[in-house]
Amino acid sequence: QGKFTLLRDTRTDGSFLVHHFLSFYLRAGCKVCFVALLQSFSHYNIVAQKLGVSLTAAKERGQLVFLEGLKSCLDLLFGEEEEQSGQPSPLQFMSESASNLKALFDFVRTSLTPTGSDSWKGPVLLVDDLSVLLSLGATPVAVLDFIHYCRVAVCSQLKGNIVVLVHSNEDSEDEENELVVNSLCHHSDLILWVEGLATGFCKDVHGQIKIIRRVSLELTAEQDHIQIYQYKIQDKNVTFFARGLSAAVL
Amino acid sequence: MAAAAGGAARGRGVTSFQRKAAAGSRLAAVVGTRPSVRHGQLLLSSGLPSLDCVLGGGVAVGTLLLIEEDKYGLYSNLLFKYFLAEGVVCGHHLFVASAKDHPDNILKELPAPLLDDTHRNELGEEATAVKSEDFQDSMKIAWRYQNLPKIEASPTTSTKFGHYYDVSKTMSPELSQSTKWYSFYLPEELSSQPKMKTCNMNSAYARLLHSIQRIIYQEGFDGSDPQKKQKTILRIGIQSLGSMLWGDDICSNDTPEDIHSLTKFLYVLRGLLRKSLSACIITVPAHLIQVLEYLQMLSVWILDALTAWKSDNNGIFSTNFLGFNSYIIFVIPPDIFLVPQSLLNQASNRGA
Repeated sequence: QGKFTLLRDTRTDGSFLVHHFLSFYLRAGCKVCFVALLQSFSHYNIVAQKLGVSLTAAKERGQLVFLEGLKSCLDLLFGEEEEQSGQPSPLQFMSESASNLKALFDFVRTSLTPTGSDSWKGPVLLVDDLSVLLSLGATPVAVLDFIHYCRVAVCSQLKGNIVVLVHSNEDSEDEENELVVNSLCHHSDLILWVEGLATGFCKDVHGQIKIIRRVSLELTAEQDHIQIYQYKIQDKNVTFFARGLSAAVL
Repeated sequence: MAAAAGGAARGRGVTSFQRKAAAGSRLAAVVGTRPSVRHGQLLLSSGLPSLDCVLGGGVAVGTLLLIEEDKYGLYSNLLFKYFLAEGVVCGHHLFVASAKDHPDNILKELPAPLLDDTHRNELGEEATAVKSEDFQDSMKIAWRYQNLPKIEASPTTSTKFGHYYDVSKTMSPELSQSTKWYSFYLPEELSSQPKMKTCNMNSAYARLLHSIQRIIYQEGFDGSDPQKKQKTILRIGIQSLGSMLWGDDICSNDTPEDIHSLTKFLYVLRGLLRKSLSACIITVPAHLIQVLEYLQMLSVWILDALTAWKSDNNGIFSTNFLGFNSYIIFVIPPDIFLVPQSLLNQASNRGA
């Protein structure tokens, strides 16, 4: 409860973790607010169905609040003026000159604040992915402020969890992105760091995942626990195994 | 990979076996597409069957193929034209946007498709008849196959996936004019001054987005109007996006005025593509993919947004999927195909 999990990927695609957490929390009966900036709703729906969860059904019963970034930005750019009279678009920062993610935060807070009739277990905020916000013009400070506000609202006040995906690259020239990623790493309770193999593409091992439990945050003079596994993504699940011990080798 | 490409080249057009469509199949057949075996997405041919093999069957509908230009834009231009030519042959609609060459001229320079005998007679062109003799001469080993139709392609009724083109000849005007197409030529568009929302984007990009959205909406490619439901694909081609001619100094300036204009454009474009029956090819100036690392991070495989290709002067294309695969593009008129570089290295090692 009240945990901040950072999903980080380098030289590979970590979205399988996002799909996993989405179906995991939906199956657990939590109320999920999914800020889906990278893909369309049907993409996540197709994968979630393979994992045994229907996103449309979850949306209908109010368990899932889905912000489809691709659709919202189209409404923002091509929408009629009359539609703007209601709530401001969560992606308003794209057209406003101030890179202020307050509208996005308000959207998250209103969707996760429990109403009287809700019977869901803890709220969860899922973001895929934060690097998109930077590329759409938000300043790193605005993004970090947004995450901070979300942590206060979701983790502290509502005792919920946050899972955020970011991209990073070790020798990256994108300083803004690296700034955000490093800052988030310091504040996370759990980091799942997915990396492509340094040797390149392999059919049997798709990459390596580093699981870092930030025990050092608990001020008990312990170091962070780090575990490293390799993984292979299959059609309906992901298999993890110790390094060098993939099924193809054994 | 080369074997697969070669097999694809040899296998087509020789047998008359046609698979019957499954009775009661729910997918309304759209000309020139086929479903992917891996995940049921609808795929288009990029115009180069060997490139289709590399892309895992073809370009998926709703996605974007990004190509970094080589130094003089020769090879990237070839891929660009092949993509559009494939659209003409399949009867798709085209949307051509450019800031430098007028779209009319681009359409005049598309490569000519390799057609079979019956269609050639319909066109009644002598030039193509001469070419068929060249082909017949060359069949000294496979002479049994000499009299079979070579490649079947007919612009209005072609149901094949992937066609072959003659890179040394241009498409006949009748063929290229037979297709429905829309153009966006930036110097002409800039002269008109409609008010529009730009979301702090470069005005040229904003205009292009509005133009594309208007076509998608008006022609019914997004399925929003049941009356106007389209049964064909809109192939969008944008040339040299991000260059100075589009008013963006991101390639030429270390501290560009607006570094996010192009990424915003690509994001909105992805949104438009995802909800319509369309696919897009974009060529970008050299080194832009390095400048905008974000584009590299979008280079994800399967069900996804961009496939980014880099090229160097010798026409060596490399992609950045889960690893690094380098392909060499061979242009031997009339043909053009991709061979993985690793295979060539193996062959040369064995030879040595």
